[in-house]
Amino acid sequence: MLAATNLEVVYDDVMLVLRGVSLEVPQGQIVALLGANGAGKSTLLRAISGLLDVHDGEVRRGTITLDGEPIHGLGASRIAALGIKQVMEGRRILADLTVEENLRVGGHVAPRSLKANLDRTYQLFPVLAERQRKTAGYLSGGEQQMLAIGRALMSDPRYLLMDEPSLGLAPMIVQQIRDVIVEINAAGTTVLLVEQNAAMALSIAEHGYVLENGAMVMDKPAAELLNDGDVREFYLGLGAEGGSRSFRDVKHYRRRKRWLS
Amino acid sequence: MNEFVATVVRGLGNGSIYALLALGFVIIYKSMRVISFAQPAFMMAGGVLVSHLVLSMNFFLAVLISLLLTALLGAGVERVALRPMIGKPVFVIAIITLGVDIVIRTVVNSFIGLDIRQMGDPWGLKQLKLLGVTIDQRHLATLVTTLVVVAALFAFYRWSRTGLAMRAASSDQEVALAQGVSVGRVFSLSWALAAMLAGLAGVFLSTGIGLEQNLWLTALKALPVIILGGLDSLGGAVIAGLTIGVVEALVGNYGGNLSPVFGGDFFLVVPYLLMLLVLLVKPYGLFGTREVERI
Repeated sequence: MLAATNLEVVYDDVMLVLRGVSLEVPQGQIVALLGANGAGKSTLLRAISGLLDVHDGEVRRGTITLDGEPIHGLGASRIAALGIKQVMEGRRILADLTVEENLRVGGHVAPRSLKANLDRTYQLFPVLAERQRKTAGYLSGGEQQMLAIGRALMSDPRYLLMDEPSLGLAPMIVQQIRDVIVEINAAGTTVLLVEQNAAMALSIAEHGYVLENGAMVMDKPAAELLNDGDVREFYLGLGAEGGSRSFRDVKHYRRRKRWLS
Repeated sequence: MNEFVATVVRGLGNGSIYALLALGFVIIYKSMRVISFAQPAFMMAGGVLVSHLVLSMNFFLAVLISLLLTALLGAGVERVALRPMIGKPVFVIAIITLGVDIVIRTVVNSFIGLDIRQMGDPWGLKQLKLLGVTIDQRHLATLVTTLVVVAALFAFYRWSRTGLAMRAASSDQEVALAQGVSVGRVFSLSWALAAMLAGLAGVFLSTGIGLEQNLWLTALKALPVIILGGLDSLGGAVIAGLTIGVVEALVGNYGGNLSPVFGGDFFLVVPYLLMLLVLLVKPYGLFGTREVERI
């Protein structure tokens, strides 16, 4: 189990971005983390994967534990070696390397099983196998996202943190990514999925969290979240009465979001 | 004809030294996006170590040990002087390398003294007749060694796990970190490699003619070389280094009679002229990478 308790993260010594966030990701599940822009979703992922440093962020209070052992404060490379990998927002493939080189970088912490992992990744993403020797920067957006996911899987991680894998992709490709996530999870990797596309995320997740302004405001099984009035209105774009709603009907003084928790 | 070939070989020998130096600049630039002005100091350190070690051992063993020590020195400098500056403006870091250069060179100079130190190399100024062409053995040795080192370096970057990690870190540090690459280790390794290459250049530069305090100025020739070849291109550094070496030698040999206006030392300016001309046409240098971009 990967867990964060009462986590407080500060950027540049002044900006308090997470204020006492707790989250649990039980082994084997897909957990969705929803929230508006700037809610602190990416920050939470960075705190877990040890990448806060790069952004001048710091865990001020609270703990992050992997199976009960605290892991915050370990460097990013140690955390990756422990089996927690992050797929960063915006794909971030290494544009001037080839597809295969990108994947080999992903296998940096597991050099012994490189060959097996490479085969497995090509099986999961046949399109990458076709493009092996191509420069990664010239792949299409969907292919790049698959490469980013495949790269993270190259070290056979136990936990995969995905930051908006559907960002900027066509609906067809989003479907494909969704299927891939389910497949990865079925193969035994636990997934923490951060998404703006709440409908997609909740449709495959067992459990969901809603993060707002640096605090967890909801923590429920995904099925319950799907039926929650507020989530339906603010994240799924459905009216309180159900069914989609035209923007024409939305009053400009529309109800402010307020969570009672 | 023979004179021409001999001149070209001499140029290639000198060019190899420029190439070795330029490779160091490029390696550090690729990993840190900083131009390290400490390269001349590492070059001198490599040379002076050999000149002292060789008194008590075989030349090749001395070179090996001195390269290892220079590499350690490079990694140490990175750890002590540069690691705390990560994230600071590039300009600040470049100035720090300038300071490092002065400190190391001052220490090194006290080990050189006022006289010319001999390297005790097996080549000296001996010459060799090859197909009717007379060439200095040391130029040939420099060229061959450089080619071997460059080939090894390319294989390292292309195929080894660490080399690939270094390329990844140079392309996107955060991504490299997320994949478990220790970027700190990449930095030390880059500095160690760069220092070692500079040290090797120092050794070959002073074979035959000996080592003296002002030799460090040669290292500055690497600046037009890296700009000509492209700041972030290893291949470019090698090709540009050899090119500048050859052009310099040719102009030095024939240019004197051609240009009464410029005088006999015109060849000293040629690297910079070449750099200017190339920059006019190709602002990224001959082989500098443009960004890979989908349109």
